[in-house]
Amino acid sequence: MDVVIAGTGMHPWGKWGRSFVEYGVAAARAALRDAGLDWTEVQYVVGADTIRNGYPGFIAGATFAQALGWTGARIASCYAACASGAQAIDIARTRILAGLCDVALVVGADSTPKGFFTPVGGDRPDDPDWLRFRLLGATNPAYFALYARRRMALYGDTPEDFAAVKVKNAQAGSLNENARYRKTVTAEEVLASPMVADPLRLMDICATSDGGAALVLASEGYARRRGLSTAVRIAAVSTVTPSFPNTVLELPCFATDSTAAVPPPERTFRASIAHAAYEEAGLGPQDLSFAEVYDLSTALELDWAEDVGLAPPGEAGKLLRAGDTALGGRIPVNPSGGLASFGEAIPAQAIAQVCELTRQLRGTAGSRQVVNARAALAANQGLFGHGSAIIAVT
Amino acid sequence: MAAPAIDGWFVTDDDGAVHLLGTRCAGCRTVYFPPQTGFCRNPHCAGEDLTPARLSRRGTVWSYTNACYPPPAPFAAAEPYTPVTLAAVELAEEGIVVLGQVKDLTVDDLHVGMELELTSGALADGPLVWMWGRA
Repeated sequence: MDVVIAGTGMHPWGKWGRSFVEYGVAAARAALRDAGLDWTEVQYVVGADTIRNGYPGFIAGATFAQALGWTGARIASCYAACASGAQAIDIARTRILAGLCDVALVVGADSTPKGFFTPVGGDRPDDPDWLRFRLLGATNPAYFALYARRRMALYGDTPEDFAAVKVKNAQAGSLNENARYRKTVTAEEVLASPMVADPLRLMDICATSDGGAALVLASEGYARRRGLSTAVRIAAVSTVTPSFPNTVLELPCFATDSTAAVPPPERTFRASIAHAAYEEAGLGPQDLSFAEVYDLSTALELDWAEDVGLAPPGEAGKLLRAGDTALGGRIPVNPSGGLASFGEAIPAQAIAQVCELTRQLRGTAGSRQVVNARAALAANQGLFGHGSAIIAVT
Repeated sequence: MAAPAIDGWFVTDDDGAVHLLGTRCAGCRTVYFPPQTGFCRNPHCAGEDLTPARLSRRGTVWSYTNACYPPPAPFAAAEPYTPVTLAAVELAEEGIVVLGQVKDLTVDDLHVGMELELTSGALADGPLVWMWGRA
């Protein structure tokens, strides 16, 4: 039995200044409409939590269920940082596969403050996420910049390459009605934007956004009985953790694990995330029609393209420069426009990636349509060791 | 001398030499920074005896960056603000990469693979942190 994606819904990304609950409800209702299902028929609700919106954010499943109207549906709430949405999908899918329910609603939404993400308030010297700001002033973009500089040193990538990622993603995002940034940009504009964390400039780094995304998942049997769409199936959900020792300096850590006693694992954490998804789906990177990856920075999209196997290490720049990863290219990366066009709405983002997978695989992505899309992967990583990759197929 | 901004993560000897303080598992010899106590995180090791260990003072730059805008609280940014430089430095013997502020060097002075040596410096509001400096 398979789990199908019967409906998708999004609230447009932006800085709307309203409660995350509104975005979540709008996305949920859109997903239910898309599925052709009434809210009262949903048996199970999973909310991806947000930590910056008080108690209702910590119990997002109940918050959304109450807002949509209590029906007695069973719920779960989960938090896995940027991977929260993937975990929510995983929980709903697993429950359907276990035969414990037929149809589930997955919702994630966030309302974000302006500027850098900062740690949760208070004096908390036992929390590494607080300490990295206190002792080092190490913001999230600082970590993205370390990876970017490392690429430049190891592979010879240039700021012009990074700018080309932004140009590509802005082009795709200009065609997406749910994206926050709809303007195309030039490489010159990216390279003239203020330096934030050398070598990354403002337009290399994804913003923080408000937004909401939702999915209706159902067992294939239920979907057939009810006449719901069965066009897109979930072939894999990877929620792997790193293998010790993790030799990549991860946000928000002060150091890597040590290789003094145990040699590094065969794959880096990011590469292991996609690998597990491919194993579960019985597919490989060569089978993909496109991929959505977590471009927290332009340079990080290049890392991801290699980590998910679209290019050997160091050669994602070549793929980019050949136009292969652009819309209309051989293997488009981030046809949605990516985080470059959306900005990050943490608990909604992995769900939004799957919304794009679904639209593309249904052939309903309009001017962004990847021709003959058959299989796609969405990859993401949540801080503190949360892998997230989902493969969907037609 | 000013107080450290965090206890037990680094030490300054009488001769001024600064050492990062980690721990080492007595069972498998894995090294930890920041100091890990109570249990070893090597999945193949059930060790619970982690003893203090001074880490190598010199390493090579794994990568580096800076903060062109003042980082938000709880960081105390100097006024007027000058960019904080950060380096992730690889310590060969311990097989570990440690992030730190960089003292008296900017990103223009750094390159991947360059050798740096541990020192310390003051945060804008006074207390000391470990910093990477010119070797």
